[in-house]
Amino acid sequence: MTLNIEDLQQIARIEKSKKDGFQHRINVCLAAGCLSCGSGLIKEALEKEVTRRGLDSWCKITGVGCLGLCAEGPLLSLPTSGSYYQGVQVSDVPEILDSLNGSPVARLVCPAETPFFQRQVRIVTENCGRIDPERIEEYIAEDGYAGLYQALTQMTPQEIIDQVSGSGLRGRGGAGYPTGLKWMSMAKAMGSTKFIICNGDEGDPGAFMDRSVLESDPHRVIEGMVIAGYATGANQGFIYVRAEYPLAVKRLRLALSQAERMGMIGNNIFNTSFHFNLQVRLGAGAFVCGEETALIASIEGRMGRPRPRPPFPVEFGLWDHPTMINNVETLANIAPIIRRGSQWFAGIGTEKSKGTKVFALAGKVVNTGLIEIPMGTSLRDIVFAIGGGIPQGGRFKAVQTGGPSGGCIPEQFLDMPVDYDSLAQVGSIMGSGGMIVMDASSCMVDVARFFMEFCMSESCGKCVPCRVGTRQIYDILGKITASRATMAEFTMLEDLCDLIKNTSLCGLGQSAPNPVLTTLKYFRDEYLAHIHDRQCLAGACKKAEEVL
Amino acid sequence: MLAEGINPNATALPATSPAQDHRLRMVNRTMQLYRNEPHGLIETLHTVQESFGYLEEPILRYVAAALQVPLSRVYAVATFYHSFTLRPPGEHTCVICRGTACYIGGSGQILDRIKEKVGIATGETTADGKVSLLEARCLGSCGLAPAGVFDGEVTGKLSPEKVLEKIGRWQHHDPEH
Ligand SMILES: Cc1cc2nc3c(=O)[nH]c(=O)nc-3n(C[C@H](O)[C@H](O)[C@H](O)COP(=O)(O)O)c2cc1C
Ligand code: FES
Repeated sequence: MTLNIEDLQQIARIEKSKKDGFQHRINVCLAAGCLSCGSGLIKEALEKEVTRRGLDSWCKITGVGCLGLCAEGPLLSLPTSGSYYQGVQVSDVPEILDSLNGSPVARLVCPAETPFFQRQVRIVTENCGRIDPERIEEYIAEDGYAGLYQALTQMTPQEIIDQVSGSGLRGRGGAGYPTGLKWMSMAKAMGSTKFIICNGDEGDPGAFMDRSVLESDPHRVIEGMVIAGYATGANQGFIYVRAEYPLAVKRLRLALSQAERMGMIGNNIFNTSFHFNLQVRLGAGAFVCGEETALIASIEGRMGRPRPRPPFPVEFGLWDHPTMINNVETLANIAPIIRRGSQWFAGIGTEKSKGTKVFALAGKVVNTGLIEIPMGTSLRDIVFAIGGGIPQGGRFKAVQTGGPSGGCIPEQFLDMPVDYDSLAQVGSIMGSGGMIVMDASSCMVDVARFFMEFCMSESCGKCVPCRVGTRQIYDILGKITASRATMAEFTMLEDLCDLIKNTSLCGLGQSAPNPVLTTLKYFRDEYLAHIHDRQCLAGACKKAEEVL
Repeated sequence: MLAEGINPNATALPATSPAQDHRLRMVNRTMQLYRNEPHGLIETLHTVQESFGYLEEPILRYVAAALQVPLSRVYAVATFYHSFTLRPPGEHTCVICRGTACYIGGSGQILDRIKEKVGIATGETTADGKVSLLEARCLGSCGLAPAGVFDGEVTGKLSPEKVLEKIGRWQHHDPEH
């Protein structure tokens, strides 16, 4: 079956009028966070109770993706009245239904006029929490696949690349490489077989943006990939997802089969000559597979070990064919850029970092969850206005961005705008969007050791500096936290960081010292206190003799 | 390492019961999905682990032959990726997240207490074969840190007490759990 624009509009119209036919709608968050607080049971209970009261044609219960404020789950939203409920229990169900025509259940209301909701600008997550991710019709009703239609029927590949370039979009997978440039090189790459890969490995252990997008709005990523395929001349795509995200995998597979059935992937998409096939591939728990050459090896069924670049994958990738790798969030931005134009997108953000960024805000902060904000928002606004500050009156100490490849940013930079360049200036990186807030109870040496342990065990072992060096650094950090390191070892720590940064084969090793380097720079006193005074200033570490 | 992995002398599949046949059928189905090509290896190993609980050596040999991949490469892949295990798991599995948010939220203490009270470290199973302890690197439930997975069910806002109580119930045959 292939659709034309009238069919798409017809589906959207039917869907919208169905929605409008209900007096009331209740959206239940069924993303992983709320599911683990029992939101599945709440949805069931709501449906049963609605049926029992004979209100099926009056009130519609929908399972939706992430509503953002994961800390307060299970969450419900009532789009008809604009209110949110938090911490809902099954026993609250009758009361919620009773109150639909009156004032909301005060005890459950989650204030929506807070900066957490008001300060966000939603592009990537515009449908998260608003549509049922398991139904393609709901995506279409929100202008879904209109961008693809426009791209395939009204635009040349070059025009699409120009739009993407003009938008200023930069890769959201960490390094921030201009997406338009990457697409251009891919379009120019020689070869009749080319591949597009969506990087959904999300290895940063404290980040869940890509997971939320895949779980809450999988069609958006599929649409972005098909557009990318058309623009760059690729006919085959892979979505590589971590095996740790079973729900995302399930929803993606479902979305793929729906898109295939409606003809958004397959042959003659929208009655054009363009064809595109798409498969989901599972990771198997290896951080290094987020690196593009390792990811390619993994799709080929081999150990995920990086190889030197150049040649870059756009020339020499999957099965030696030109291959373009884009992050989930990067691809999720594509359809809106095509629909609304590059100028609209370029109007958001800072001079060199356009658009928005989704962050997974976690750690010692009141509002943990998923936020999407314009590039250039200050750290202070993120942590204190949107994040609601530090719980239990604690004192802010640092915020960690970029995961194991990033750094710890201290209080003095709180007013810094968050974009690719300013984060790099202070020694950290944007990374994929993990943002972990730490208060006075975290020892920064211990935090550095935590990340080094991660890099050490995730090192693929191919190059010596990374394999051996991370171990050496880890051991020294362990001695420091146990208050039995010498100054000579401390000096060696700095030398080792320099060595590994400059001589490792891939990004994993090259960036592994970042957490140590930034804490050395901004929290040197904590290191020295462990060495000179045998004391942990945060009171978190145990001395060697206490451990025994 | 080899001791827990491949026995170079073992050969064909053991005699199969009907239940095993069913599990093998699942494995075959996955391999066919990838037209028995080598790039289906990782997906196939996922299916093996799902159906058999772990990567049993005879099955690895079977997969190697079917996909025409050297056994050494199957073993390399099976040990490279953290998701795969070559040892049979306990009756119940408890996964504690040690991603950044959960670590900052105190998952280290939870692991310490399990070690102290239950006597197992990460990757180990209790002597009675009831409970295995595993670690994850972020479950994507950072908003509910510290988080864990108990027999497939993700649970957030854990404390050492809650986890120990859960494990205790598993160990003492509570029919409810
Ligand atoms: C060790 C390592 C891990 C990485 N992990 C990820 C990841 O989990 N997700 C991701 O999108 N990119 C990751 N990257 C970056 C990718 O190699 C690649 O640059 C990116 O997917 C390109 O997409 P983009 O241009 O859309 O950002 C990682 C890189 C390295 C060196
Ligand atoms: S850090 Fe534990 S769920 Fe993300």
